This record gives sequence, structure tokens and C-alpha cells, in this order.
Amino acid sequence: MSDIKFEDALQRLERIVDQLEAGSLALEESLKVFEEGVGLARHCARYLDEAEKRIELLTRDESGTLKMEPFPVTEDEGE
Amino acid sequence: MGERVFTVAELTARVKAQLEDSFPAVWVEGEISNLRSPSSGHAYFTLKDDLAQLRCVLFRSRGRRVRFELADGLQVLVFGGLDVYAARGEYQLVVELVEPKGLGALQLAFEQLKRKLEAEGLFDQARKRPLPRFPRTIGIVTSPTGAALRDMLHIIARRFGELRVLVAPVRVQGEGAPLEIVEALGDLGEVGELDVVIVGRGGGSIEDLWAFNDERVARAIAACPVPVISAVGHETDFTIADFVADLRAPTPSGAAELVVREKLHVIRDLVDLYARLTQAIHSQVEQARERSRFLARRRVLTEPSRPLRDWHRRVDDLGARLRAAARAHRRQVAHRVALATNVLSSLHPLARISQGQAVLGQLRGRLVAAGGHSIKASRHRFETSVGRLQSLSPLAVLGRGYSVTRLPSGAVVRRAGETRAGDGLEILLHEGALDARVERVRERDERHQV
Repeated sequence: MSDIKFEDALQRLERIVDQLEAGSLALEESLKVFEEGVGLARHCARYLDEAEKRIELLTRDESGTLKMEPFPVTEDEGE
Repeated sequence: MGERVFTVAELTARVKAQLEDSFPAVWVEGEISNLRSPSSGHAYFTLKDDLAQLRCVLFRSRGRRVRFELADGLQVLVFGGLDVYAARGEYQLVVELVEPKGLGALQLAFEQLKRKLEAEGLFDQARKRPLPRFPRTIGIVTSPTGAALRDMLHIIARRFGELRVLVAPVRVQGEGAPLEIVEALGDLGEVGELDVVIVGRGGGSIEDLWAFNDERVARAIAACPVPVISAVGHETDFTIADFVADLRAPTPSGAAELVVREKLHVIRDLVDLYARLTQAIHSQVEQARERSRFLARRRVLTEPSRPLRDWHRRVDDLGARLRAAARAHRRQVAHRVALATNVLSSLHPLARISQGQAVLGQLRGRLVAAGGHSIKASRHRFETSVGRLQSLSPLAVLGRGYSVTRLPSGAVVRRAGETRAGDGLEILLHEGALDARVERVRERDERHQV
């Protein structure tokens, strides 16, 4: 669950809500799907909080192979 | 002094020296024709106007600096020097610069490339790929030191999501810029796992933005395996890259905003989804509970003998309803049959004939009645007329006992004195007449004295 893409998680969650609202599932099935939905929502919420940004610079070394290094983010004062 | 005889070479050398010294650097205006571009990369053409032609050559090293495509029919200004090719006795203009007339060179180049790529279908709407809703890895092709990158990173940092940004640093203007951009796009493609690429730079002059009007850049954007957003200059700047890209952002900041969704919006969506999720399961559970409660309360569970009676009653009830329904149905059917029969019989041919006959009889009756009436009326009128005639006839009074006395001359006798004794008279009576003779004349008769 933890490595599921946010977009996929959100899409699955949307589908689950639609299904439940349609009321076409048996009760046991509903409860199972509901649990999954809660898990997905929690996952999405956690993902929102993390919001880690990684910025890298794509360059080539002397031998011409691609490499990535952290981008030096210089905090400048205003525009 | 004797006539000086030149050799061809001598004369040509003199001409060459004269021409080349006199016209080392001139601007000439004319129309390109007979353009040839052999594999050497040099371009040969004739510059012409209505009256004359001039051979021109544009060597490859100079041709690279010409921003637009030379073409027959193009009106141009060329700058260069005259050159005499002694071996063939020809002269030509060695071109250093070419400028289109009217349009600027850049403008023309832009229009030419735009038309070309458009004709190839590179701008087709059908080619445009949708952006991913939540990209995880974003490639950015731009200058590592420009304000554009700073602005984009700023916005991305403020916005939602766990993101990886890969910056492919390039020069965004000058000679080498197009090639660097093309290579950077290729490199990003190689990295893989990329969701979207932004290619752009901040504002500048049309010259500054020129790398984004390069054909190679345009093709590299079209070939990129993931959606590309172009973000070149300001909102009013349009480049070829903008036309080829899957989406054009008005500015680099705009591109970042398009790619990365507002955190608040995402949170709101999520909260909404969660609310619907719990609401849906609540109502479903509630429904299930309600049903089980209802079932538990059913008589069959609380009072086992009850259902049989209920069933009896229901059967009776249903039987009665069935019979009533059957009756109603029958009545309805009978009514409809009668109705149909009426209609049918009125349509039967015999019925129509007898109907016609009835009408005919009626008409005849009316005709006869009308005839009889008029005869009777005539007779009546005749009889009245006769009656009236009779009442007016002078003879009619004879019926009441009066009589008319006439002389033989036919004159009616009104006074006794009109006759003498012995005169013959005719006396008309109601029926018949008398021939008489006057016995005596009495001029006065006391019966008349009242």
C-alpha cells in the first residue's frame, strides 16, 4: 500500500466511493471495500503531509554518462 | 601611339581588378531565381529584376548565418562584393548577407518553419497528450541560473506532493542553445520514470527567444516520450516550441502551476471523498440494521399460528378481487363488441343501400308534396279570384232579386220617364230574361218618397 502512486490511490478511492454510493454491493463486500477506502484516504493524507521535494541537476560526467546531483538551491531574497 | 593588343587574360585581369575594386561591398535588391543548393552546401542563384540578371553565390560558411530558407521568387536584399571568375569570363556577386524584403528575416524564418511543421501535422490537436494529474517526476529544461527556474522551483516547493524535479541545465540563447536543448530533452528521456517535461525560459527579445523557434528543438519536443509543456518568455510571446508542445504555458511560473496542483484543492478533494465514503457505509449499515429490525418484528417470528389466518384472508380477498375484475372485464368487452358491431353494420353494403333508398324515398315524398301543394294553392287562388270577380259583376246583384231593364237599343233604363207606353223592354233577371212592353209610365212613384 505504501508504494502505491498517489494518483492511483486517489482514483481507487474515487471508484470505491462511487460503488458504495450506488449501493449495489452486498454488506460484507461493502464493509471490505470501505476498509480499503479508509486505508487509501489515510495513505493519501500521509502523502500530503510528507510533501518532500527533491531537486536534482542532470549532468554528464567526463566519460559522458548521465548523473544526477542535488540541485544547489540558493535562497535568494526576493525577485 | 600604336593600338595596344591585350591578351584575354590581360583584359580579364584588368576588368577583374576594376570591378572588384569598384564594388567590394554593395547592397543589391532583386528577386531570387534559379536557386540551386548542391551537396557542397553552397547556394547558387540569380538575382533578377525586370531588366537584368546577376549571378550570385552564397558560400556555406555565410549561408549558415541566414536565418530563413532561400527560395525562388523571394524578394531580397543581398550584401556582398563582385568577383570575376577569369577562367569562364564571368562575374558574380559573392554574398555575405541576405535579408528578406518587407518582413524581417526572423519573421520570415518563423513563418516558413511554422508552415512546414504545420503541414507535417506536428501541431495537430490529436497529437497533444494530456498532463498527468499528479506527476511525481518533473523534468525542466532551462537555464540553471535564470529567474525562470527560480520561479518554477518556488511554486513547486509551495505546492502539493512528493516530487522529484530533474533540472537539465542548458543555455537558452545564443548559437549553441538549440543543440543543448535538443540534447537535454534526449537525456531526460533516457532517465525514464519521467511524468512531464517543462521547456522554457524567461522573457527576452525575439533574438533571445530564437532557440525556441529552431526546427531541431521543435522536433525534439515532438519526439519526447512524455508530455511537454512549453513556457517561453511572456504571455504574448509565441514560439514554434509552443505550437509543438502538448501544452503551452503563458510563463514559466504558469507552467509550474499547471503541473503541480494546489495543495489545498487536493486536500479538499480528499476530505470530500472521505466524507462520502463514511456517509455511504453509514447509510448502508443503517439500512441493513433497519431490515433486520423489521424482520425481527414480523409476526411470523412472534406469533407462529398467525400467518395461516392471514393467508386465508388474503386468498379470499384475492379471489373476490379476481371475480370483480373478471366481471368488469367482461362488461367492458361486451360493450366494446356492441360498439364494434354497430360500427360494422353501418358499414355493411346492404345497410348502405337501404339507407340510400330511405333517403331516396324521403326525397321523392318531398318532391310530391311540393308538387301537390302548388296545384292546390293555384286552385285556391283561382277560386278566390273567380269569387271576387263574381262579387264585382253587375249581374251578381240579380241574384238578390234585382233586375236590369234595358231598351231595345241596349241602354239601361234608370228613370221611368225614359220610356213610353207601348215601348218594348228587355228585363234581365238572375236567371233568364223577359221581353216586356210598357203599359203605363209613372214618372213619380211614392214608394221612393221616404
